[in-house]
Amino acid sequence: MKSSVAVFKTLIFLAGLAPLLWLIYRFLNDDLTANPVEFLVHQSGFWGLVYLMVVLSVTPVRRFTRWNGVIKVRRMLGLFAFFYVFLHFSIYLFLDRELYWDEIIPDIVKRPYITLGFTAFLILAALALTSTRGWIRRLGRRWQKLHRLVYGAALLAVVHFWWLVKADIREPALFAVIWIGLMAARFKNAAGQQSKMKK
Amino acid sequence: MLIKNKERYTGREITSEKDYMRRRDFLKLSAWTLTAPALAPVRLFASDEDKNKYTALNAVRNKAMSIGEKPNSWTEITTYNNFYEFGTDKSAPSRNSRAFKPRPWSVAIDGLCDKPGHYQLEDLIPAKKLEERVYSLRCVEAWSMVIPWIGVPLKNILLKAQPRSTARFVEFTSVYRPSEMPGQRAHILDWPYMEGLRLDEALHPLTFLAVGVYGRVLPNQNGAPLRLVVPWKYGFKSIKSIVRIRFTDTMPVSTWQRLAPGEYGFYANVNPEVDHPRWSQRRERRIGTFFKRETQLFNGYADEVGALYKNLDLEKWY
Repeated sequence: MKSSVAVFKTLIFLAGLAPLLWLIYRFLNDDLTANPVEFLVHQSGFWGLVYLMVVLSVTPVRRFTRWNGVIKVRRMLGLFAFFYVFLHFSIYLFLDRELYWDEIIPDIVKRPYITLGFTAFLILAALALTSTRGWIRRLGRRWQKLHRLVYGAALLAVVHFWWLVKADIREPALFAVIWIGLMAARFKNAAGQQSKMKK
Repeated sequence: MLIKNKERYTGREITSEKDYMRRRDFLKLSAWTLTAPALAPVRLFASDEDKNKYTALNAVRNKAMSIGEKPNSWTEITTYNNFYEFGTDKSAPSRNSRAFKPRPWSVAIDGLCDKPGHYQLEDLIPAKKLEERVYSLRCVEAWSMVIPWIGVPLKNILLKAQPRSTARFVEFTSVYRPSEMPGQRAHILDWPYMEGLRLDEALHPLTFLAVGVYGRVLPNQNGAPLRLVVPWKYGFKSIKSIVRIRFTDTMPVSTWQRLAPGEYGFYANVNPEVDHPRWSQRRERRIGTFFKRETQLFNGYADEVGALYKNLDLEKWY
């Protein structure tokens, strides 16, 4: 039993690492397009969003399949989401803006899509920092409340994506649909549980 | 008493039957666009030798009208494109444009002119008249490239049609061929793509009509067989695959302007002082270089074109 959990965790770990390995592979093959910085910013942001959606689907998957094992990889998936978001923000900061603060500060203050993205980054950073066993113990009941912020962060990330595309909103729209679906799945379950409790 | 307002439908929120029938296409396309970036690890074997597949053109470089910088590579110029007719990803045009047939090609020149006409491309721009010009192209997305175009000054073509004194603008229309242009099968932009210039801008000696690049005919992804190049304006003004040129007395509305008038104006002159609402235009990344560089007013052509905008408020007329 224990070893099957370890195998499952290892598989998820490799899946989480896959986009990074793929980007490194393309880097080594000089295949990051004619504009590598733009490509990496987009890719890291894209994978951050993907893993945010994956981590949000853990609870619905658990409820629908009644398989509690998935919960064991929730933290790892959340940390992978943060890892790609962190990569996204770092590439923006260092490679895209080249640490020109007179561009970065107005970006964050004046440009709504960056304001939202930055807010999502701060929330996810707080959640990543408090994801350790020690913090879970220290925060007690408040921990779960705090970590519900991940729904909001994911929504901000979707809107961030939506507002930055120039014309083709199909990809962000698909993420929005997924987010709404995952929220609905939760809400339905929570409502179902409450009505059960009333009985 | 509570009077409920009846919801008014303008008709816009109702999905048209045509779109409704294509809902599965939309879903398929959505699924595809979402997974495509992940499924594209295989390089297109893009290399500068790819150039040899294209017909060579003979043209002497017009040094007086060229910048001294080293051009970007063939691969950079032909695999990193904004040409939404073939998809919105930068690599999509080079992948999705193979079915496009740029020959034979005809262009209509009409509107307020004395000699309107329908021309075959070879008659409009004979191979003997071609010249090469090295321009930098500054995209509104804050990247730029140096490109050796081959073509003719637009002026030569326009004057042949003898524009009337009432003509004040020139409107350009791209080809609409959804069967060959997969991007046009989705309503990303209001197809066909349209652009416009003031007549004096269109007649400026820098304004160029390109049929080739790097000594070869234009690849499909670069706007084959015929495209505009206006080097002091953001790249989206340089409309591709042109089928119609029309003289008019009213200011044309360009496709991007129609989509987002607060972000894209009619003029779209390169200007580091006027930000795009969502990003700064102060600096740009020259493709192939690591650090960004300062963007120049009118993309470095301030001496040549500044006079066109003497009395124009560039903040207002972005």
